[in-house]
Amino acid sequence: MKKILLTFLFAVLSLQVFASSGAHLDKVDIDLSNQESLQNGAHLFVNYCLSCHSASYMRYNRMAEDIGLSEDELKKDFMFAGKKVGETMTVAMTADEAKTYFGTEVPDLSVISRARGADWLYTYLRTFYQDDSRPWGVNNATFKDVGMPHVLWELQGVKKALFETHEDHEGNEIKVISGYETVIPGKMSEEEYDNTIRDLVNFLVYMGEPAKLQRYDLGIKVLIFLAIFFVFAYALKKEYWKDIH
Amino acid sequence: MSKMTEFMGWVDARFPATKMWEDHLSKYYAPKNFNFWYYFGSLALMVLVLQIVTGIFLTMNYKPDAGLAFASVEYIMRDVNWGWLIRYMHSTGASFFFIVVYLHMFRGLMYGSYRQPRELVWIFGMLVYVALMAEAFMGYLLPWGQMSYWGAQVIISLFGAIPVVGEDLALWIRGDFVVSDATLNRFFAFHVIAVPLILLGLVVAHIIALHEVGSNNPDGVEIKKNKDENGIPKDGIPFHPYYSVKDIVGVAVFLMFFSAVIFFAPEFGGWFLEKDNFIPANPLKTPEHIVPLWYFTPFYAILRAVPDKFLGVVGMGGAIVMLFLLPWLDKGKVKSIRYRGGIYKIALTIFVVSFVSLGYLGTQPATPVLTNFARVFSVLYFAFFILMPWYTAIDKTKPVPERVTG
Repeated sequence: MKKILLTFLFAVLSLQVFASSGAHLDKVDIDLSNQESLQNGAHLFVNYCLSCHSASYMRYNRMAEDIGLSEDELKKDFMFAGKKVGETMTVAMTADEAKTYFGTEVPDLSVISRARGADWLYTYLRTFYQDDSRPWGVNNATFKDVGMPHVLWELQGVKKALFETHEDHEGNEIKVISGYETVIPGKMSEEEYDNTIRDLVNFLVYMGEPAKLQRYDLGIKVLIFLAIFFVFAYALKKEYWKDIH
Repeated sequence: MSKMTEFMGWVDARFPATKMWEDHLSKYYAPKNFNFWYYFGSLALMVLVLQIVTGIFLTMNYKPDAGLAFASVEYIMRDVNWGWLIRYMHSTGASFFFIVVYLHMFRGLMYGSYRQPRELVWIFGMLVYVALMAEAFMGYLLPWGQMSYWGAQVIISLFGAIPVVGEDLALWIRGDFVVSDATLNRFFAFHVIAVPLILLGLVVAHIIALHEVGSNNPDGVEIKKNKDENGIPKDGIPFHPYYSVKDIVGVAVFLMFFSAVIFFAPEFGGWFLEKDNFIPANPLKTPEHIVPLWYFTPFYAILRAVPDKFLGVVGMGGAIVMLFLLPWLDKGKVKSIRYRGGIYKIALTIFVVSFVSLGYLGTQPATPVLTNFARVFSVLYFAFFILMPWYTAIDKTKPVPERVTG
């Protein structure tokens, strides 16, 4: 019996190991309970992302309620004229216009954090580099030949990638980015920029699943209830089974 | 006579309420030596009910329309009161259904519960399993994410490998040349009504067949052979209240695991909800790896292990057919693993390792090395069944006791 249980335990553990493949991603330490960080992230999102990217499943007033904004603050700092608080975060740009400007569709960002993961977004938004062969003059080390310009360049500055040439295991020469060099300094230091992106990613993770703010707390209550229920259920079973030998 | 007895008398004269209660619960005598593995039958029934109830509530807000489906799921997750909880219960419930059913089937393999006279219990159970796979496959299309779409595309195209009629058959299933709105609509119809009806009918047949012959037990002893003067099996106890109160304990433990996933890891690291399924279906953009959900991957690995597409489909189907044949492949003199010899124990261990390994390999890209592993495990999977008549017959068994051992 023990052996069989061990086999199953093993099976379950081996399922957990699968993890993601691909490029190295920097880990980001986000905190959904930090409302200041979420508000900062929301601010960045509406100012820098929401001109081209929509978040068409996210309602303004739901966001305000969840991240601790009053309706006045919401209207003043987070919404453009003509929008109503109960509406979702849509953009005026059409899919055809997006194709003309960026050569590709611009994805809706409502659930992007669930498709890509927080670490990916954190790394992606920090690895734009100068590349004059691209339409917007930038490329990205995490998402090669991405159609998006480096919207936050004012904050981060412009970086040049330094390449090293390696041989892969089949003997082909490949160019690998070994580091970056600042060409134009940004308004922020590297640390400030990293923190800013962390707040933005924090907000994107919240937006991917607003229920996340509730579900952990509720989960603990449910588990406590079930633990108590278990004690009574077990006692009842013991009482009934006393006379079975 | 109290009012209640009077009322029940009135009902019983018109409908066998008391008789059914007694036949299936209060006077259904189950062996008293059920162990841990016997929780999974009642748990499977509970998960079925959970899936139906949460499914009904999801249907109230879901839209089976290629243009609206993805957004309607997010609407449920955000704007419907407790929608996120109902959705996670349903998505987690699907995976837990398979976990519970796999453990339930493994119990049958260990204690020989498929053996004479329970062949039909096993056959009905296998039909439940097949219906469940159809149900899960069609349900997975409904969120209309990338993996929903491409998973369905790949699986339906398998029918195209059947000679002569294949392509027409695939077209007939999809209702279009690719997976499209027509496919989504019909899968919705099958998922919410057609298959659940079949599933419920089969579950009833499974339980009726079981209650006709009586439950097996970890000793594989037929308790009906030893009855007392009242015709009640000496080793039997009434299902209600003994096993009903015991199963409630199992339910409590099960719900703790279930809730832990729902509230703390509903994606379960991409195993229950895949990352790519948070990108809306795009017929023009094929994802890098198309992987079915974990409960199909053992069969998917067998499919990919065979170099020829049609033979691969045959292999995949054959893997399930083998399970149906189990009652007639097993020539062992005893039912339970407790009294079997070493050969069966080794064979069963190899089978479990092969099944789990195939499940893992089915989730990985088919590199040459991994494909060779999948071939080895596929051969072992089939060897467990094909060689069974031989190794169970020569296996040295231990004497089976007259009564259950507790």
